[in-house]
Amino acid sequence: MTARSRPAQPLLEVRALGCERGGRLLFRDLEFSLEAGQVLQVRGGNGSGKTTLLRIICGLNDGYTGELRWRGAAIAGRRDEFHAELLYLGHRVAVNRVLTPLENLRWSCRLRGRAGDGRIRSALAEMGLGGYEDSPCHALSAGQYQRVALAGLLLAKAGLWVLDEPFTTLDTGGVALLEQLVAEHAENGGAVLITTHHRLSLPGLRALTLGVSR
Amino acid sequence: MRRGEASPPLSSSRPGASAGAAFLATLKRDLLISLKRRNDILNPFMFFIIVVSLFPIGISPESAMLRQIAAGVVWIAVLLASMLSMDNLYRADYEDGSLEQLLLSSQPLYLLVFAKNIAHWLVSGLPVIVVSPLLAYMLALPAAGYPTLVASLLLGTPVVGLLGSIAVALTVGLGSRGLILAVITVPMSVPVLIFGTLAVQNALAGASPLGYLALLGAMLAAAVSLAPVATAAALRISLN
Repeated sequence: MTARSRPAQPLLEVRALGCERGGRLLFRDLEFSLEAGQVLQVRGGNGSGKTTLLRIICGLNDGYTGELRWRGAAIAGRRDEFHAELLYLGHRVAVNRVLTPLENLRWSCRLRGRAGDGRIRSALAEMGLGGYEDSPCHALSAGQYQRVALAGLLLAKAGLWVLDEPFTTLDTGGVALLEQLVAEHAENGGAVLITTHHRLSLPGLRALTLGVSR
Repeated sequence: MRRGEASPPLSSSRPGASAGAAFLATLKRDLLISLKRRNDILNPFMFFIIVVSLFPIGISPESAMLRQIAAGVVWIAVLLASMLSMDNLYRADYEDGSLEQLLLSSQPLYLLVFAKNIAHWLVSGLPVIVVSPLLAYMLALPAAGYPTLVASLLLGTPVVGLLGSIAVALTVGLGSRGLILAVITVPMSVPVLIFGTLAVQNALAGASPLGYLALLGAMLAAAVSLAPVATAAALRISLN
């Protein structure tokens, strides 16, 4: 990694974020920012609000107080612009089980831009799914199913990756591959927000721990 | 790594996604899923045929009796069949997370929702309309009623589908929905049922059905322009 001049402002800023759910305080006065080239791991026990935090940042959950800013301006007014640069991979990875990996990725690529079949095939091959392009996803193993979604990371040109427990079903090879993808994305000037219980071995990894005050 | 063209994501220009391409891709995807899950198409279709064919057996095989109720029976069976097919409109997408990706797309959500509604109508509404003349014949509907019946179904079934879509979107997050979908959708569909059957009865009586068909057309225009927006809002609430 080469030394880069710091951008004038962080990509994502979270200010005084608070969230209460079911009468229970998940977090409050949460402040952090994410700059280009940074990877932030959100840690915390089960039920500490990791997924909720990620969903709030993506705009899937609006039960919060505080402010979210993207590239220096409040997200609220420019959601489409933010979403065009965001790639969210949740617990449910948005891969339809009756469609093939190729058909699934064709759709998700079309939603955010263009990607020819050739690029999709090479992304699938890179994720170790060569030869499975045309078999229905319900015939894949859980790890392979997860890899279909991860192939989407290679295809989308998104500045911010928000990954919620992406390692769960992956084998050691898959874990290494995903870690490499995250590192490369950061090197290329992207930012990654990730929750995992997995010990990440990335240079310059930052961590945010939720639920320590309780 | 083997990727040569991995350009820095932040300096790359905005992805060249267009709303039209996203609309077509969603339409195509949903049609493809339906083709692969034929049961979802076939069940409401078979249900429609079974319900209609029970009437001559249960009430009376006399054509004088049947022709009076023919239009109403066909229309009621269509409504019930569409309730049946409605349930899986957003469920699979909710369960596998695709719905979240739709919400996070930078394309207008109502447009993508509309694509899904069209796909759903093509596989659930259209087949029913295609066989409806055959079933109307079984119910001894006079020939004068056929064009009006088909026209009323062509205008009316999309309205039912679009209204139902709002109800499905509102309830998609609920675990067990049971009858709640029908309880929400049926009352909203009653005007469609009334105008649909009245149009056919007018045609049979020798009067012009155009007035009622125009009303159905107006309802369709309103549903097309408003229902996808309402569905999009309902989905955002459901996934919150």
